[in-house]
Amino acid sequence: MDSKGSACSNPNPNPTFGPSKLMLAFRFLRALSIVHRTTPASSPTCRGRRIERAAYASMAYSAGTSRAWSRAVLRRLHHRARRRAVAPRRLSTTAGNRAEALRRLVPGGAGMDYCTLLEETADYTKCLSMQVELMQGIVDSASSNGR
Amino acid sequence: MSSRRSRVSEEEINELISKLQSLLPEARRRGGGRASAAKLLKETCNYIRSLNREVDDLSGRLSALMATVDNNSAEAEIIRSLLRS
Repeated sequence: MDSKGSACSNPNPNPTFGPSKLMLAFRFLRALSIVHRTTPASSPTCRGRRIERAAYASMAYSAGTSRAWSRAVLRRLHHRARRRAVAPRRLSTTAGNRAEALRRLVPGGAGMDYCTLLEETADYTKCLSMQVELMQGIVDSASSNGR
Repeated sequence: MSSRRSRVSEEEINELISKLQSLLPEARRRGGGRASAAKLLKETCNYIRSLNREVDDLSGRLSALMATVDNNSAEAEIIRSLLRS
């Protein structure tokens, strides 16, 4: 019988369901430890921002390059854009401008056709909520002890 | 993969939109399948924005927790072991 349990050979065993929670946790915790080691304790705000970037980075790495939103996040991170958040541009009429607000929220949303946008939104939303769950879990377990 | 430039069926769009609806937390869903596409997209936007805010807030809290790592509290030990894993 097939052992469905061995996910190690395939880094993304459920391509339709997004990254596994375990991989997400592993990446994020590793990123957290890097932030911890490399950010001076004297700048908690800077550290907070770096943790936030680590959150989106580990989300995107876990999703891989098969998703347009994760590619967009990774592009943005690698270019280390100093600019403020993307200024909303006029969308070309070929892409249409249905769901403009959504296009601004989903990374890479501006150039997508409507159908792709909806698919990407679903995946992005799922990954984002998993990331939030993960971070909340870490905060909870770190806070609930030592009463 | 990306869809063709020719018209995608309304059926497919509706399917994708109801999938989005199923991703919304209970409190944000408008009971049943009667909500209009526009409302659902708006709710999805609100949901994504709130998730972004949560990431922001939790990042701050994690940063504060890191500050305790240099202490010898029990909390610090938990964090240290989490960071080592």
